[in-house]
Amino acid sequence: MGVVKLELKGISKAFGTFYANQDIDLVVESAQIHCLLGENGAGKSTLMNVLYGLYEPTAGQILVDDRPVNFRGPGDAMAAGIGMVHQHFMLVPVFTVAENVALGAEPTSFGGVLSIDETRKKIRDISAKYGFDVDPDALVEDLPVGVQQRVEIIKALVREAKVLILDEPTAVLTPQETDELLDIMRQLRAGGTSIVFISHKLREVKAVSDVITVIRRGKVVGDAPPTASATELASMMVGRPVSLSLNKAASQPKETTFVVENLTVRAPNGTNVVDGISFDIAQGEILAVAGVQGNGQTELTEAILGIQPHVTGSVMLDGKQLLGLPVKDVLRSGVGFVPEDRTVDGLVGPFSVAENLVLDLYDQAPFASGISMKPAKVAENAKAKIEEFDIRTPSAGSAAGTLSGGNQQKVVMARELSRPLRLFIASQPTRGVDVGSIEFLHKRIVAERDVGTPVMIVSTELDEVIELADRIAVLYKGKLVGIVPAGTPRDTLGLMMAGVGPERGSDGQ
Amino acid sequence: MSATSTAPKAGAGAPAPTAALRPSLKVPISLSVLSLVALVFFGLLGPGKTAEMKISDPGDAVEVPALMIPGQVGGMVLAILLFAMAAYAIYLWTRGERSPKWLPIVFAVVFVFALLVWIVAGARQPSISLAGLVAGSVTLAVPLVFGSLSGVLCERVGVVNIAIEGQLLGGAFTAALVATVTGSPYVGLIAAAAAGAAVSMVLAVFSIKYLVNQIIVGVVLNVLVSGLTGFLFGTVMVPNKAQFNTPGRLDILPIPFLSDIPIIGPILFEQSIAGYLMYVAVAVVWFGLFKTRWGLRVRAVGEHPQAADTLGINVNATRFWNVTLGGAIAGIGGAVFTLVTIDSFTKEISGGRGFIALAALIFGRWNPIGAFLASLLFGFAYNLQSILGIIGTPVPSQFMAMLPYLVTIFAVAGLVGRSRPPAASGIPYVKG
Repeated sequence: MGVVKLELKGISKAFGTFYANQDIDLVVESAQIHCLLGENGAGKSTLMNVLYGLYEPTAGQILVDDRPVNFRGPGDAMAAGIGMVHQHFMLVPVFTVAENVALGAEPTSFGGVLSIDETRKKIRDISAKYGFDVDPDALVEDLPVGVQQRVEIIKALVREAKVLILDEPTAVLTPQETDELLDIMRQLRAGGTSIVFISHKLREVKAVSDVITVIRRGKVVGDAPPTASATELASMMVGRPVSLSLNKAASQPKETTFVVENLTVRAPNGTNVVDGISFDIAQGEILAVAGVQGNGQTELTEAILGIQPHVTGSVMLDGKQLLGLPVKDVLRSGVGFVPEDRTVDGLVGPFSVAENLVLDLYDQAPFASGISMKPAKVAENAKAKIEEFDIRTPSAGSAAGTLSGGNQQKVVMARELSRPLRLFIASQPTRGVDVGSIEFLHKRIVAERDVGTPVMIVSTELDEVIELADRIAVLYKGKLVGIVPAGTPRDTLGLMMAGVGPERGSDGQ
Repeated sequence: MSATSTAPKAGAGAPAPTAALRPSLKVPISLSVLSLVALVFFGLLGPGKTAEMKISDPGDAVEVPALMIPGQVGGMVLAILLFAMAAYAIYLWTRGERSPKWLPIVFAVVFVFALLVWIVAGARQPSISLAGLVAGSVTLAVPLVFGSLSGVLCERVGVVNIAIEGQLLGGAFTAALVATVTGSPYVGLIAAAAAGAAVSMVLAVFSIKYLVNQIIVGVVLNVLVSGLTGFLFGTVMVPNKAQFNTPGRLDILPIPFLSDIPIIGPILFEQSIAGYLMYVAVAVVWFGLFKTRWGLRVRAVGEHPQAADTLGINVNATRFWNVTLGGAIAGIGGAVFTLVTIDSFTKEISGGRGFIALAALIFGRWNPIGAFLASLLFGFAYNLQSILGIIGTPVPSQFMAMLPYLVTIFAVAGLVGRSRPPAASGIPYVKG
C-alpha cells in the first residue's frame, strides 16, 4: 500500500439539535503532520471519531486517495489504512502488550488458536525500528503511561496504518515524554506515515506541525502555518484577542500561616500514596504543585481537606491542627477548596446554579434560619455571583450540569471564593476550560493571593504552574522531589516531574 | 491534638506506615483458633469409637484395606498437626513473611478430615466409604460445574448471569418433558441446552439491547422460570406422569478396565454422557478462553468493551452469543437433575444450586478450572450432608443441611480475598 491522501468534505455531525461538527473540510496530505488545534469541546475528537468510523457523519463525505469511502465501523477505517491513538487509551489493562496488539487482528493457526508469537515478533521489529523499547510480554497495567502510548502506536503500525490520528497524545505525558513523542512523530513522518495531531497546546503544535487547522465551535476557522505566533493561534482558537501572559505582580509573602509536616497518606494496598511531604505557604503567596497525573496530588489535597482515611502527619493552619477534624470544621476554619473534577466532586449537576453556589453555606445565615432555607437570599446571592464571575447561564435556575466546562468551573470557584478565606486550594483549576475562561480564572486566583490568602494550586499542566506559581513544588510517586522558585527552567521542572532531583538545574530554596 | 503543644515534628511519631508493611495477622490467628477448636472438640472431647474409612469397594480390581482411625486419639494427632501448621504461620509472621498459599489449603484439608473422623466415630454406624464420598461429590457437583461454566462465559464477556438458577431449572424441566415425549434421554439433553439458551437469550436481549439492570433481569428470570415450570408441572406433569414425566435415565457408560481403578475410576471413567461432557466442557472453555482468538476477544469485551469496539469487534453481538452459549451449558447442567440424578422432574428441583454455582465461579476466580474445583468443593459439602444423615450422626440434621451454604459463605468471604472480576462485568455497553 502506498501513501494515502485523506480528504474530508463538508462533514457535519449532529447530536440532537447540537452540531458538534458543521461543514468541515480538511485535506491531510501524505507524509505530513497535520495539526487540529482547538479548545476543549471545539469538536476535534468528534471529527476524528467520524473519520475513524466510530460515529456516522450526519452529512459529508470522506475520501481516501480521492475515492469516497463509507466507514461502518473502526474495522473499515483500519482497512483503509487509518489508525487512531485515543486520548483515553484503548488498551485492556490485564492483557499483555502482545495480546493488546493482536486483539482484533489476531494471527491464528488451525481452528482459531492464537499464534501470539507472530505478534511478539512484529512488536520487536517495530520496537527496534523506532527505538520503542517495549516488552511484548509485559502486562499493560504495569507499564508507565508513556510506554502504554507506544503500545497504542504499535497497534496502529502493526495494522499498517498510513494515517495516524493522535488525540491529545501529550495530555498524560511528562515534558520529557512529550519531547520523545514529538521525535517519534517526526520519525513516522519520515517513514511516510501522515499524522493528524489533535491538541490544544500551542507550543507542541508549533514544534511539530506542517499544517495547522484551527477549529472553533465545530467549524473550521482557517489554516495557519506553524510559524504563526502563539498569540495569533490562540486568538483564532478563541475568536477574539487574548493575552496569554498573566502579568501578575511579584508576590509579597507575609506571615507563614499554613504548614504541612510529614504528611503521609496510606492507600488500601498498604503503599504510601503521599509519602512524608512537608511544605508551608505564606499569606499572599501561591505554591503550585506540579507533577504528572496520579503522583499523589489528589490524595494530598483530599488529605488536607479531611476526606482521606489513613493520614498521618500534621496540617496546621493559623496554628490550629486541621488533621482529624471533620470536613465541615476544616471548611469553617476558612479553607476554600476547588476539587479536581468539578462534575464529580465540585457540583451537583442536576441542582440549579443558585443552589450549587450555596452548597457549603446552605445551613447558615443568611441562607437559612432554623430548619428552613431562604430562597430569596439564595437567588440574590446567585444573581450577584453570576454577574461578578461572568457565569454564562440561561438563568440562575438552570441545572449546573448543562453549563459548559468553563462556566461550571466558574460556579465552583465563585462558591469557594465567596467566604472569607484563610487558605485557598484549587486542584486543576482550569482543566477542560476554554482559553477565555482560563484567563479570567487565573486572574481571580491571583486576586485572592493579593488580598493575603495563602494559595495552593495543583496542576498537571506545566504552563499553568509556571504562569501562576510563586514557588513550585514537584511531586513524584507521592514524594516531594523539591520546592523550587518560580522562574526555574522548564527542563529542570520536567526532569523533576520524572523524579530527578532539582539540584542539577537550580539550587532550590 | 492540641495546637500549641505539638511542635514542628507534630504527628511524626505515628507508627502507621511501618505497620502497613507487616503481613496481616488474619491467617495465623484464624489457624490458631481452628486448631484450638480441633483440639478441644475432636481431641479432648472426641468420641471413643473407631472410625472406619473404606477406600475401595468389595469387588474392585484392586482392594485396599480400610483406614481404621480411633476417634479420640486420631483427633488428638490431627489437632497437633493443625497446631504445627498454625505455629509455622505465626513463626513466619514474626519474621515478617506471608504464609505460603498452600498452608491454608493443607490446613483446611486436614481440618475437614479431622471433622470427618469426629463425626463418623461419633455416628451410630461408624463407617463410611471414602470412594463413595468422593464419587458422590462429583455426581452432585456436575450441575454446579455446568452452572458455573455458564457464569464464567457470561461474566467474562461482561454480563452478570444471576439467572443460572433459572437456566438450570428450565433445562431440568425441558429435559424431563422432551425425553418423555420422544422416548430418548439424549434428545432431552439437547432440548435442555436449547431451553437454557432460550432463558439466556431473554437475559441477553434485555440487558444488552434494552440496557435493563442485569441483576434485576436475572432475578426476574429466576422467578419467572420457577413459576412457569411449577405451573406446568402441576397442571401437565402431575396428572399425566407416564406421558410427560418419565424421562428415563442417561446410560452410565463405564470405560472398561479404567473404571475399576479405586477412587478415581468411578469418578473419571464411570459416568453418563453428561458427566463426560462436563470434563470436556471445562477443558474446552478453558482452552477457548485463554488460547484462541475467540477467547481473546471475549475477554477483551468483558474487560474494556470500548477498546474492543475501536478494534472492529462487535461488542454487543459477542456478548449476545456468549450469554446464549452460557445458557445452553447451564441447560445441560439442569438436565443432569432429571436425567441422571433422579428420573423425573419435581417442583424447584434445582433447589438454589444456581446460586451456589454463582458462588463457585467467584470462588474459582472467573476461571473455568477454578470454577470446576470450587464446584467440587460444594458438591463435597452436599454429599457429606447426605451421607452423614444416612450413618446417623449426633449433629442435628438441620445443621448438616446448612453445611453447603456455610462452606459457600466461608469460601467466598474468607478465602477468595481480593480477586478481580472482569472490569466491565455488569456494565452495559453503549457506543460513544
